[in-house]
Formats: sequence, C-alpha cells, structure tokens
Amino acid sequence: MFDFSVVTQWVDQFLRSFMPAEMAVLAELILIGLCLLSGYALIALALIYAERKICAFFQCRIGPDRVGPFGLLQSFADMIKMLIKELIDINHVDRFLFNLAPFVVIIASVLAFGCIPFAKGLQVLDFNVGIFFLIAVSSIGIVGILLAGWASNNKYSLIGAMRSGAQMISYELSIGLSILTMVVFAGTMQLSAIVESQAGGWFIFRGHLPAVIAFVIYLVAGTAETNRGPFDLPEADSELTAGYHTEYSGMHFGFFYLAEYLNMFIVASVATTLFLGGWMPLHMPGWEGFNRVMDHIPSIVWFFGKTAVVIFIIMWFKWTFPRLRIDQLLRLEWRYLLPLNLVNLLLMVVVVVFKLHF
Amino acid sequence: MNHLFHDVVFFILAAVVVVCSILTVTTKRILRAATCLLFVLFATAGIYFQLDYSFLGAVQLTIYAGGIIILFVFSILLTTPSGDRARKLKNSRMAAGLIAALAGAAVCIFLTLTHTFAPSRLSGGELPMKVVGNALMGTGKYQYLLPFEAITVLLLACIVGGIVIARKR
Repeated sequence: MFDFSVVTQWVDQFLRSFMPAEMAVLAELILIGLCLLSGYALIALALIYAERKICAFFQCRIGPDRVGPFGLLQSFADMIKMLIKELIDINHVDRFLFNLAPFVVIIASVLAFGCIPFAKGLQVLDFNVGIFFLIAVSSIGIVGILLAGWASNNKYSLIGAMRSGAQMISYELSIGLSILTMVVFAGTMQLSAIVESQAGGWFIFRGHLPAVIAFVIYLVAGTAETNRGPFDLPEADSELTAGYHTEYSGMHFGFFYLAEYLNMFIVASVATTLFLGGWMPLHMPGWEGFNRVMDHIPSIVWFFGKTAVVIFIIMWFKWTFPRLRIDQLLRLEWRYLLPLNLVNLLLMVVVVVFKLHF
Repeated sequence: MNHLFHDVVFFILAAVVVVCSILTVTTKRILRAATCLLFVLFATAGIYFQLDYSFLGAVQLTIYAGGIIILFVFSILLTTPSGDRARKLKNSRMAAGLIAALAGAAVCIFLTLTHTFAPSRLSGGELPMKVVGNALMGTGKYQYLLPFEAITVLLLACIVGGIVIARKR
C-alpha cells in the first residue's frame, strides 16, 4: 500500500538540501497551511455540488447542469461570485464582533480538519490526545455562531443563534459519549493509532452491538451538531429567514457556508476513522486473495470513499425527514440519546473487560 | 536557532495574553470582554501546546473556551439588552481595583522569582495518555482520585443548588 510519508519526506529533504533546517521547517509550515486551506476549499466546493445534485435527484429534478459538463463547474462559478460580492456595512452593530464571528467559526473548522488522517502517512496534527483535541477545537465554533447572532442586532439572528447554541451544546454530549465508547474499545485517543488498530477488522464489525449503537448515535448527533436537516432549526428559513447569518453578505457569509459543509465532512470523516477503519482496506480474516486485492486500492480512495458514503447518508437524512420542533429536538437528546449512550458506554466496558469482541 | 523559533512563538502568545487581558478589563461592552477573555484562554492553551503538554491544552480548549466562555456568552445573551455599556467607574473603586491588581502581581512575581522550576520541556515529547489517566484515577501517592471525587461531589451540590434556586414554585 502506498505510504504518503514517502512524498512528505521527499519534500522535507528537498527543502533541507538548499536552506537551513529551521527555514525548511518554516517553509513546510507554510506549505502545509496552503495545502490544508486549498484542500478545505476544494472539498467544500465538491460537497456543495454534491448536495445540490443529490437534493435535485431526491426532488425529481436535474439540478445544476449548465456550467461545464453535468454542471461540474457550477460551484466554482458560485465561489467566484461570492468572492467579488460586496461586504455590506450594517449600522448599529458591534462591528468588531460582527466581523470576527465568521473567522472564529472557520478557524475552529480548519483546526479540526487538520487532525484527520486522510491516508497512510497523510496527517497533519497527530497528538496522542488526537480525538479529544478534535472535539475541543470543534466546540469553539459555537462561540462564533453565538457572537454572529448577537452582533447582528437582529431578532431573527439572535433566536437562530440561541437555538443553535442550545442544540450544539446538547448534542456535543452525545458526540463526546459515543466517541468515548469507541475510545474505550480502541484503548487510545491517537487518531493514527486508532486507524492502525483496525487493520484486523473495522471497529464497527469487531465491536458488534455497542459499536453499532454508538455509530447510529454518532450519526444522529453529528447531523444535529452541523445544524443540518432535520435538525436545521437555527436556520429554519420559513421562520427565521436564515438564522444567525441573516445579516452577513459576501465572503463573510461564504465563510459560514464553507464551514457548514466542511463540518459535515469532518463529522463524516471522524465517523469513518472511528467506526469504518479510516483509510484501512476491508480485510476478511482468512481470505488471503481478497485481502491482497483490497490492499491494491490506494488508502486515500478508501478514506474518501467511506467518507462519501457517510456524507450521502447525512444528506439522505436532510432530504427525507421533516424538521423537528425545538422541544422535540431537546427531548430526543436529553431523554433518549443521552441515557442510551450511558448504558451503551457501560455495555462497551463490559464487552472490553470480558473480551466479548472479535 | 531552534530556541529562537520557540522564543518567537512564546513571545507572540505572551503578547496576546497580555494585550487581551488588559482589553478584557478595560472594554466597556460586556460581550467584547468575554471575547477578549476567550483569546486569553486560547493563547494560554497555545503555551501548553508549545510545552508539549497537549492534554492540558486540549482540556483548556474544551473546558474554558468551549464550556465556560459559551456559558458566559449565553448568560449575557439572555440577560443584557444589546447596546448596553458599563457605567464609568468611581475613583474609589478604581483605586481599590488597582491596589488589588498590584498586590496580585507582586505575589505572582515574588513566587515566580523565588520558586525553582522543574525543566519546562518534557524530555520524551508528549506525555503519554496512560500516565495522565493513571495519575488522575489512582489512589497512591501523587495520584488524584480523592480530590477528583471531592470535586465531583462539590459540582453535584452546585448543580442541585442551581436547580433549587431556578425552579418555578
């Protein structure tokens, strides 16, 4: 299987061959930043295109098909439009907080994006508390949303932000507990080690019942965490126009939009990493030939393939289920998901202690 | 040269901490104060990461930045009308605040100068998670199960108290 650390080490040696070691480190930092940001933007564009096409097919339409073959260039055209739009100054707002909010949201999402193991040897941040760091930085985004709602000086924005805050704080509990369940099973929080230990079988198969329950809870909570339908009350267009980003224009709105799609990608890729083996190919114990064929598929294809499946499921939720009311939403979390999650954690501990897993 | 890089990063973080701390107490708008406090906590987390203590850094981010600041912002949103500004301080209060701040600074500086610190950088890179977990959940010497449990009981009492005060009669 191709190891991307070959490429990164080659770049490292190439840079070190003509500049001092410290300058090489600095240059690498800048290069990594550029790669991350462009990857971030490209994935967001691809997701926006996918969302529009999938939404169209669900509603028996064709979707974007004018710009480029199958409308593939539509989201690029939209990006250019977004970039050259005017940033409208609004009176009677706290300008500092108003302009700061989109950046808080996008920084939180880029930091979380940096932790993801994309392929063998292709990971930027690999702390030994990796998954905990990822939850920590992604929780910062809520601050940005609350600031945006408050600074807009607009009742719809404020209601949207309050709903969003209540929803994200509640569902963060479920996300944290279901991730904790899998950390108990893996015995480590380091993302690369979690992926490595799934070489013999993905956690969702090896952990059987508790892992499947945790996966379902994680998907529901992750959908709510990204403010997507059926949990999209914060931006319920029929009641709140657009929720917390009603007053934003141009690229500031673009930042919220990008971060929303990228957060969906992050939720899906964490699900992939924790439950579906990350970039590990599908291995069946005992099927030597099958395993060897699977090993020939590049790891990056495995990762993005599995992530795409999870993203499709999340989009499927959005275009299938009607929107919940706020009391139903909070009841689902506090009355059903949280107790279920705690019982599931206990079940996982029992499974691990008595070695009932595969 | 490597030290130079570390120093540059440290001074940037330290400057953020100092400037944002001052802004936190001098700004007139309460939500701006909360935001500046958020930056102070970020920069502190950055210093922890620079010391290779990623567990404490991540805890700082979740508990302070992700938890406490959000609670602050939430309560500000629920209680303060927008456009609300703090009243100007009376001179006597200003003086009392200054004296308290100077006394605190004096104690901190005295302790920093007289205490002999262990080497600030861990020798083997990051501290393994298992070490942190065992120290937190062990009952032996230099292990923290008892304080941990005491704090949980205290927090539980706080939660019960909060519910008793806030519930409708």
